[in-house]
Amino acid sequence: MNFRTLLAIGGLSIAFSAPAQEPIRVGSFLAVTGPAAFLGDPEQKTLELYIEKLNAAGGLLGRKFQLFAYDSAGDAEKARGYVKRLIEQDKVDVIVGGSTTGETMAAVPLAEAAGTPFISLAGAVVIVEPVKKWVFKTPHTDRMACEKVFVDMRARGATKAALISGSGGFDRSMRAECLKVAAKNGIQIVADESYGAGDTDMTAQLTKIKNTAGVQAVLNAGFGQGPAIVTKNYRQIGISAPLYQSHGVASKQYVKLSGDAAEGVRLPAAALLVADTLPDSDPQKKVVTGYKRDFEGRFKQEVSTFGGHAYDGLMLAVEAIRRAGSTNKAAVRDALESIRGYVGTGGVVNMSAQDHMGLDLSAFRMLEVRNGDWMLVK
Amino acid sequence: MAFSAGALPSASSKALAGLARRKGLAALALAIALLPLALPNNYTYEIAILVGLNAIVCVGLNLLVGYAGQISLGHAGFFGLGAYGSAILAARYGWPPLASLAAATAAVALLAWAIGRPILRLRGHYLAMATLGFGIIVSIVLATEDRITGGPDGMAVPPLTVLGFAVSGEKTWYWLVGALLIASVWVAQNLIASPRGRALRALHGSEFAAGALGIDAARHKLSIFVVSAVFAAAAGALTAHYAGFITPAKASFLHSIELVTMVVFGGMASTYGAVLGAAVLTTLPQFLTVFKEYEMVLLGAVMMLTMIFMPQGLAPTLARALGPALEKLLAAARRKPV
Repeated sequence: MNFRTLLAIGGLSIAFSAPAQEPIRVGSFLAVTGPAAFLGDPEQKTLELYIEKLNAAGGLLGRKFQLFAYDSAGDAEKARGYVKRLIEQDKVDVIVGGSTTGETMAAVPLAEAAGTPFISLAGAVVIVEPVKKWVFKTPHTDRMACEKVFVDMRARGATKAALISGSGGFDRSMRAECLKVAAKNGIQIVADESYGAGDTDMTAQLTKIKNTAGVQAVLNAGFGQGPAIVTKNYRQIGISAPLYQSHGVASKQYVKLSGDAAEGVRLPAAALLVADTLPDSDPQKKVVTGYKRDFEGRFKQEVSTFGGHAYDGLMLAVEAIRRAGSTNKAAVRDALESIRGYVGTGGVVNMSAQDHMGLDLSAFRMLEVRNGDWMLVK
Repeated sequence: MAFSAGALPSASSKALAGLARRKGLAALALAIALLPLALPNNYTYEIAILVGLNAIVCVGLNLLVGYAGQISLGHAGFFGLGAYGSAILAARYGWPPLASLAAATAAVALLAWAIGRPILRLRGHYLAMATLGFGIIVSIVLATEDRITGGPDGMAVPPLTVLGFAVSGEKTWYWLVGALLIASVWVAQNLIASPRGRALRALHGSEFAAGALGIDAARHKLSIFVVSAVFAAAAGALTAHYAGFITPAKASFLHSIELVTMVVFGGMASTYGAVLGAAVLTTLPQFLTVFKEYEMVLLGAVMMLTMIFMPQGLAPTLARALGPALEKLLAAARRKPV
């Protein structure tokens, strides 16, 4: 009994602003704390900010939005518990969340069984491949990043590349995808090195790459601090082949950590990072500058692509509910699948029955670090 | 309490101790039987199931930490190995989950025996370091051998099937886990009351003194280490099959600490304390979500205050505070036949 009372009090305190009309319930579980907090924190802030904005603008279908957000701390088991809570207790209409692939994959069977539309904010291909009826995602995949990099390598005349990757989930998933799609893009991987999560020096692995015959370009599939160390060591031992980083370090933090060593490094990233330098003719210009202004104006912190994924997820959900004209779950799901030409921070989204992400390689921009800032590679 | 001790013939002190044991067990069974009345939906069942699974690990760990006085900071390693062992055998090699669960648990028992022999010679901080090292090795292996384990993003686990029937649905799992928890407590209580249990408590007091009394310290420590590893591995395998998904986070150092915290929080050397600790620390974060970003701060504060004001843990302190009142109540009930 006590349990119920407490839960009721909890529900009330969240719902104190709910109007008489039944609200549209948006559920979310994000890694707001823990090692993946740099993903979950901007995601949560974005959701809160835009739910507030949507409500200030009168909501949708005459109903206000209500956000149910829990901190899963990047733990798959916790995520599972919260998703069950969202579905069973909060009875949400749609779920926008899941900062990491592990959390998302733990939630997928629940969303599928309950028939709740679920838009994931995590990166790996496995989320939408094979296609799952109720599961969608907004971020670019690691496979796309590999392909974007390989295309750029080919354009610069390189066919033999070396790979160096970390030991985290993101790193290992991207490494596997890169190895899979290398041959298809005319790239031969001639060296494949790895480093540990806490390593502070990658000179040994890079020396091996330097001594491998015929390396024309190097790709670092990494996340967190590792890539900055790789970049520094790379310059220290004087490798002349161009260095590529992944979209996982597409933040100013990486440029700051690597200092001068980052000059000339290329990486694929969403248009959001170069919002101000995009030409006015760019279809994403309006969306990304708008989001950047809103987010930075409110939170006084630099915008990240991760928050952008949450923006896209929420806006796709809103668009689907608008098209469905109700929060009927099956109708919302069908509407999500039929969205074409939605312009988000991550790219232009064209969903279909075979593609629950809807992004192609044009969603990625190739950036180069120049004078401590991002520059768009034409 | 519906049952009355007065109906049974009072006998020697040994029989009385046995009675007390059964009374606790009956109270636990009653709590498990009545709890569903307060569980409105599947989500609350889920929390109850997680409490049960954590409690099974804690009851086992408490035998080692609370009774034998040996620390282990690597129990999540056993938990993870049980989970992944059963998951891999079932998912990759097509074993029936019940067989994979048994095989994984047996393999962990063997492993615990093999590593327990050398490292249980260590004491205090050194033992803590050795078990810590073991746990870290396990979590690194699980995270890096991604061809088999799926890497840091985890792997899907087939559901548990018993004699061809899939155990599915929260309610079925609730009763299964509840029954297993009662069985675990029963085993633990009997172990503690046996000569072996007394030997363990003697070890906790002083290993030298116990040795002088003819207690084979090494053998007793090893056997209890293996038993507690088996509890952890079995609960790990069950957790994996229940959740249908497992990540290396469950084998991490942090999870080991969580388990030890549950035992200490609930009250060391108290089986019901271990259950209570698991229950409170599993459900508390769910209540604290109301406080959003202050959730972790409050959780820390609750734990700190409990340790300051109840240094012996929740169960022993509560028992001391409520014990006399409860005794009076029972005595009154005994006098007035219902």
